[in-house]
Amino acid sequence: MLRYTAQRLLLVIPTLIAVAILVFFLVRVLPGDPVEVKLIGEFGDVNPELIYKERKRLGLEDPLHIQFVNFMVGLPQGDMGISLVTERPLTEEIGARITISIELAFFATLLSVIIAFPLGTAAALYRGTWFDYVIRIITIGGLAVPSFWFGMLIIMALLATVGKLPSLDTAGLFEDPMANLYTLFWPALSVGYRYSSVIARMLRSSILEVLAEDYIRTARAKGLYERIVIVKHGMRNALLPTVTVVGLEFAFLIGGLVVTEQVFNINGIGKMFVEAVQFNDMTMLQGLVLIVATSFVLINLLVDLLYAALDPRIRYQA
Amino acid sequence: MNNTQDKNDVLLDVEDLEVEFHTGAGVVRAVDGTSFKVHRGEFLSIVGESGCGKSVTALSLMRLLPRKTAAVKAKKIIFDGIDLATLPESEMRELRGRHISMIFQEPMTSLNPVLTIGDQITEPLITHLKMSQKEADLRAIELINMVGIPDPERRITQYPHQFSGGMRQRAMIAIGLACEPKLIIADEPTTALDVTIQAQILELLKDISERLGIAVILITHNLGVVAAYADRVNVMYAARIIERGSSSNIFGAPAHPYTVGLMRSVPRLDKPRVGRLATIEGMPPNLLAPPQGCRFRDRCPIADEKCQESPPTTTAPGTVQDHTVACWKNEFAKENAPTLYGSETAIEKEKSAHGEKVLLNVSGLKQYFNISIREGLKSHKVDIRAVDDMSFNVREGETVGLVGESGCGKTSAGRAILHLDNPTAGNIEFDGNLLNVGNIAAVRRDMQVIFQDPFSSLNPRMKVGQILEEPLKVHKLRDGKSARLDRVAELLTQVGLYPYMADRYPHELSGGQRQRVGIARALALEPKLIICDEPVSALDVSVQAQIINLLEDLQNDLGLAYVFIAHDLAVVRHISHRVIVMYLGKVMEVGEGNTLYDNPQHPYTRALLDAAPVPDPEIERSRQRTILEGDIPSPLNPPSGCVFSTRCPLVTDECKSMVPELDDFAPGHGVACIKIGAS
Repeated sequence: MLRYTAQRLLLVIPTLIAVAILVFFLVRVLPGDPVEVKLIGEFGDVNPELIYKERKRLGLEDPLHIQFVNFMVGLPQGDMGISLVTERPLTEEIGARITISIELAFFATLLSVIIAFPLGTAAALYRGTWFDYVIRIITIGGLAVPSFWFGMLIIMALLATVGKLPSLDTAGLFEDPMANLYTLFWPALSVGYRYSSVIARMLRSSILEVLAEDYIRTARAKGLYERIVIVKHGMRNALLPTVTVVGLEFAFLIGGLVVTEQVFNINGIGKMFVEAVQFNDMTMLQGLVLIVATSFVLINLLVDLLYAALDPRIRYQA
Repeated sequence: MNNTQDKNDVLLDVEDLEVEFHTGAGVVRAVDGTSFKVHRGEFLSIVGESGCGKSVTALSLMRLLPRKTAAVKAKKIIFDGIDLATLPESEMRELRGRHISMIFQEPMTSLNPVLTIGDQITEPLITHLKMSQKEADLRAIELINMVGIPDPERRITQYPHQFSGGMRQRAMIAIGLACEPKLIIADEPTTALDVTIQAQILELLKDISERLGIAVILITHNLGVVAAYADRVNVMYAARIIERGSSSNIFGAPAHPYTVGLMRSVPRLDKPRVGRLATIEGMPPNLLAPPQGCRFRDRCPIADEKCQESPPTTTAPGTVQDHTVACWKNEFAKENAPTLYGSETAIEKEKSAHGEKVLLNVSGLKQYFNISIREGLKSHKVDIRAVDDMSFNVREGETVGLVGESGCGKTSAGRAILHLDNPTAGNIEFDGNLLNVGNIAAVRRDMQVIFQDPFSSLNPRMKVGQILEEPLKVHKLRDGKSARLDRVAELLTQVGLYPYMADRYPHELSGGQRQRVGIARALALEPKLIICDEPVSALDVSVQAQIINLLEDLQNDLGLAYVFIAHDLAVVRHISHRVIVMYLGKVMEVGEGNTLYDNPQHPYTRALLDAAPVPDPEIERSRQRTILEGDIPSPLNPPSGCVFSTRCPLVTDECKSMVPELDDFAPGHGVACIKIGAS
């Protein structure tokens, strides 16, 4: 298991390098000039010479390979460059706003799992009953409804019932946990709805599949309590495909985050994304995509390790 | 422990067991009023073909059928003084695994892949006997030892995928034995295993049953296994027990026409062929709408009007105690058993003569599969030698049997000859042409194949007619649609089907009918040679006999040559002129059928023949058999020298360093063993 972990960790490095290269070039093929956008915003009409000077100052006129080397050399030192708009280091800019997003992502994942597990399990165990059908309707809804629209529904519902929205000025998680969680609850629900639906549906079908397996019959033939048959023999096997889905769906969660932060006006990196695109802030976009991609890689690494912990066949194959 | 007193003591008494499945198509009564008894410490066998209700009987006793779809009723199911028919589920659970345990057919899927073997053995100990984990672990080691798995301390920490098939079934037995039950139900415990492993597992079960006085219900379709191990036998047909008695009664004096037919339709390993196999025509009835009266009526050679009434279970005529049969005409059936399904004639006795001209000549055939094995981040390539230096020939109109256990390379050899996989090395000469990738397409017409699984080898979206027409179109054998359809009708008739079946889809046919379609497809191109890859192993014995007879008839009529690949030694003996025995990619022995079976030379051939049980309890009782120990080595890592050296009883150091040549032991009888010299 230790060896497997080490191997998987090592494999993350080339993946991240590849991601960095891809991001660097992707951002550079985007149309539009950030400097022009900025200067026009500030002065109205600008002449090309001014733009050239400004671009020179920001290093954008350097040959592409020099820019690339600078970028790649900076990365391992924790230097992601500066924002073209604010001209502050990206690490500072992003660092200031990432906490709330991470918190939201975690909370949404946690919430999804908490909702999905009992729903999925119950739907499987009571297959074909009204209970199963209700859960099915709820989860299909989760797949069909976009998170921003669901978010707007939540806001409208809150306004109609409570008459106000949760305070925007979020207390830190460690200062006032309850207030903090309450603020994040609705956005987390709005992003997590889809996530939990996917997990619940996957769990339902894999539990049903596993319960039809021969080894479940063996477990019953041993005279084990039904609870042990289902939890120990069934769930552990049913978790395997579910865990994979949790990892893959994380990408959707991030996508949902971008719009949900906008809808709930949360000042996280999701909103930052939108701003970076608006202002054509190339380096900012580059940094954000890199961070999101890295988190996706890490989450999937976690999933792989979890998978190996659950399934000995993976562990020994390595 | 095994004295008469115990034998007479009834452990399980089932009366009028009925199991109904509620399906979309209607109610299927899978078990219809069966009654039977199991005595303490006895080895009872329930035998029958697929769908006869034998497994359902077992599962219903354990109450392991899905509760939503299966309804179980019985007048009584008295187990050790308790009526299981009325027992609440919580008490039933306490009984399962404690006093009755069960061993299943598929050792590959019956163990939980994510739990250690030790954990799976200790579970019932902890649940039923309230042992601590530590006590249970010690007991697990003891049990693993008892079922003959070496190195138990390490083994209990391993997972099922680290065990071979035979070892997993031993582990299943260890689980079944854990709480020292009074009854073990073994549902086809060796059907998924190779014959040498089957012998190990059954010997183990028998030994444990005798030593610990545990009664065993052995459910199987294999009459040889029944004859070799069972004290008493229940024969099931279409959800009912139709005959029951001691093993010597059932095999020595069968009184139900179905039992008679069943015995006659299996070829014998221990005797030269006596003629065509007897066949029970038709198929078992559909249990959605079973016929009135005797359910065997439609297939029975001696049925009359009386049989429209259900026959009572009566004592079989002239027998000693406890032999009962459900047939109105059992007296007649019993007396006329040998001729019930037609008598053998002298012409049918011998196999048809084959020509002398060599049709297929294989020399130095090698089929290596290069696969990559991952070890951590690196991977390296390994050659699997599926077939390693094989030479043989097939003459016109001849059947050459290719026999061996799984992984021996028999299927790979067949595929290499057909160039379905291109051979690594060697010459394959067919009808005077040296085959290669370039000219194989032209030869395909003359060289056809029949596959094992009639379920998956026919395209489910094509009608039978289309399946048969396609090769005619591709090879432009008939001009015009109507000429082709005429040929399709002709082919269907030739294989014993009806022309109207051209409009059916494969799923509308039974397994036997599908295999007939497979044969018709091969015949469509009027080939000279057909490679039959396990053509009957997926079929029930009575259907198997029909297909074997069909293949023989076609050979007589059309002068076909066959390469007959199979793991069933008796079938191969019956159908083949010559037989090749393979083990781990190597040919071990080649010879004329009867010579090879009556006078086997290679220690592997002998062991293989020893391991296969014969459907005759008298012979089984007197047989001295050497049972091979250990597993078949992985083809990834075959032993050096002679590949059989790891399991051979005659092995010496020399065998481990020297690869034996296939030398002529006698003319036409080759043996690859340095211990066996030419006589």
